[in-house]
Amino acid sequence: MKPRHQRVVAIAAGVALIAIAAALVLNAFQGNVVFFFSPSQVMAKEAPVEKTFRIGGMVEKGSLKRRADGLTVDFVVTDTAKSIPVVYTGLLPDLFKEGKGVVAQGRLGPDGRFHASEVLAKHDENYMPPEVAHALSKAEAERAARSVVDTGGGR
Amino acid sequence: MIPELGHFALILALAIALVQGTLPVWGAAKRQPAFFALARPAARAQFMLIAVAFGCLAWSFYSNDFSVLNVASNSNSRLPTAYRIAATWGSHEGSLLLWVLMLSIWMLAVSLFSRSLPDAMVARVLGVMGLISVGFLSFLLFTSDPFERLLPGAMDGRDLNPLLQDPAMVIHPPMLYMGYVGFSVAFSFAIAALLDGRLDASWARWSRPWTIAAWIFLTLGIALGSFWAYYELGWGGWWFWDPVENASFMPWLIGTALIHSLAVTEKRGAFKSWTVLLAILAFSLSLLGTFLVRSGVLTSVHAFASDPKRGIFILAFLALVIGGSLTLYAWRAGKVAPGARFELLSRESMLLANSVLLLVACAAVLLGTLYPLFLDALGLGKISVGPPYFQSVFAPLMAPAILLAGVGPLIAWRKGDVAQAAQRLRWAAIVALLGALFLPLAFGRWAALTSFGLLLGFWIIGGSLTALFVRIKSGAGLGSSFLGMLLAHVGIGVFVLAVTLVKSYETERDVRLAPGESIVLGGYDFRFEGVKDVEGPNYVAARGTVMVTRNGAPVARLAPEKRIYHVQRNPMTESAIDYGATRHIYVSLGESVGDGKENAAWTLRILIKPFVGWIWGGCVLMALGGLLAASDRRYRSGTRRREQTADATLVRGSTA
Repeated sequence: MKPRHQRVVAIAAGVALIAIAAALVLNAFQGNVVFFFSPSQVMAKEAPVEKTFRIGGMVEKGSLKRRADGLTVDFVVTDTAKSIPVVYTGLLPDLFKEGKGVVAQGRLGPDGRFHASEVLAKHDENYMPPEVAHALSKAEAERAARSVVDTGGGR
Repeated sequence: MIPELGHFALILALAIALVQGTLPVWGAAKRQPAFFALARPAARAQFMLIAVAFGCLAWSFYSNDFSVLNVASNSNSRLPTAYRIAATWGSHEGSLLLWVLMLSIWMLAVSLFSRSLPDAMVARVLGVMGLISVGFLSFLLFTSDPFERLLPGAMDGRDLNPLLQDPAMVIHPPMLYMGYVGFSVAFSFAIAALLDGRLDASWARWSRPWTIAAWIFLTLGIALGSFWAYYELGWGGWWFWDPVENASFMPWLIGTALIHSLAVTEKRGAFKSWTVLLAILAFSLSLLGTFLVRSGVLTSVHAFASDPKRGIFILAFLALVIGGSLTLYAWRAGKVAPGARFELLSRESMLLANSVLLLVACAAVLLGTLYPLFLDALGLGKISVGPPYFQSVFAPLMAPAILLAGVGPLIAWRKGDVAQAAQRLRWAAIVALLGALFLPLAFGRWAALTSFGLLLGFWIIGGSLTALFVRIKSGAGLGSSFLGMLLAHVGIGVFVLAVTLVKSYETERDVRLAPGESIVLGGYDFRFEGVKDVEGPNYVAARGTVMVTRNGAPVARLAPEKRIYHVQRNPMTESAIDYGATRHIYVSLGESVGDGKENAAWTLRILIKPFVGWIWGGCVLMALGGLLAASDRRYRSGTRRREQTADATLVRGSTA
């Protein structure tokens, strides 16, 4: 092969590789990116049905119940405005506690419960999952806005 | 007094770094020997001062000086001595001090083992490293002073995060940082060569052993971190594609590409500008990793925005280093003379293809790591990109690279003979195919992906062995760099086999067991014998006992724990593992279900992970391969032989 042909082949191979990589990335993004929703958003039906997503908030105090099989737990996740019942089977992470922040990944069931396949709580007592902090502050802001409306819209 | 001494030593080190970063470089440009002679003593003095500073901080931790904020926040008088010293690098400030210490160790090493290098080159290399040191020392002194006083002092400290109270966590950060920072040497060599305008085979030969050394540390550091996560987090996973992990993995990928590209530049004088670019990228990604982990952007983009001093500093430094070096690259790389010609089918082109694949894979990892951060920072919603993304992108990109690595060593430089290589590799191919097809049957379940993974693993091992036999038969000498390369490739093969087997055949089950109850899983019988309270040096624990038997014969007695540390009061899972060569049996304790302490049932997680240990075994083989390669005699030969061997290898061509 002449040098010029070689260069053409090399460039074509490079372009093909980048195209394949881009296709792989796009495809993987489409299938595997998980979106986050706060309980308020889920209750407002903003969350997808039949698709995995994440919710986050505080575990409501006194809501943790263990079923008879010993492995399945029910608890309620709240962003102080709205709350959503969650059911999960398996070992809970060490820092899972009532009144503390939590993120759960799973699907919304036809029973209105969130069926979690994974429960995440980070290993630091001062750590608040950013999604949770965001959901809480948003609910807080909305409530503040609403109270302004309720009292006659401010001015 | 001691902390102030450390602080003062750091300030002096910064002053020396400023001198080291300017005068020798200027001297080298103006050919003033008096100035570039400064480089070596300056590097040594800097090491001394930073070592003193580090010693002072370690002493404050050791002697429980809770009037130092850093000590009060990260240690406790009841913490065992070894962990008290390890706590020195357990905090943000301490780990940055460790970073700088590592940098000064590398500078010291360059100043000691560079006798065969021209003085002007050493002056430039140490000068560039001095500038990096200026950046990090100022970061330390102006935004993260490790010696800050807490007045009045605390009665006792807030303790080290219990997760870090672990032997692997004691050596993991130094190893990892040694690797991260080690790429600064390759980077400095590249910048020095660009400044000098002389990119040649001898430049590649100088920077090769340094790059491999850094790569060894990084490999071991990542492996240790992965092993720690495996047994300490209680989930039995060994890689989570977590941003912190990706931050260390990206420089590793580019570093691997760099090692291969350096080989071509040294042997054939080709790809010079590509190699320089990889050297710049490897260190840039190390810096990016430091930024990601240390600026707080990962915990929350908003936390970063509310306390931006540290983040902005690293970001500016990052922009300066990457922008500056790429500008220099754009200016100088065009003038680099092209190397020796080669055909499309040659070892050169295969190595090029491999490094491009590694680079593209790294870009995909980078995208998956940064994309959620960008979306969040721009207020476009919150997403998470989990392991499925990385797996479905990374594996298809790495598979061709591994196939190539099996063939590469058998293809000659300049012009390869495909027919000959195919003929030599036929046995390796047959064995790999048969193994891949039939081994899954031994595990009782066949799946196409499992077979493919096994094929890749067997193929690279078979190819490496074939290359070894061919080399022995040809009568050419076995250089340790050749053997090291093969050993590292075998390590990759072992790693791929282990990952495939674990992914395909692991068993996991969450169960609830009352004392005396048992469960059968994967042919093993697990009998739960209840939980007892035990007292540790700085924690109390509930320790369970699980007897594992197989067909009545005892296999192991496992004692997983749930610990509560006195100071931070959070429960922590301490899993118990029976380490076997062909499988690990992994049990971790969940929580007590129901009341009545003595006879309470507990939830347990039980995992049987076939061949999982070989994941880290493969990493160790890779590191050993690196060690062999870096110890090759030709890197230690004096100035005398330098020009001579460059020509000799050009003629000899295919033998290395």
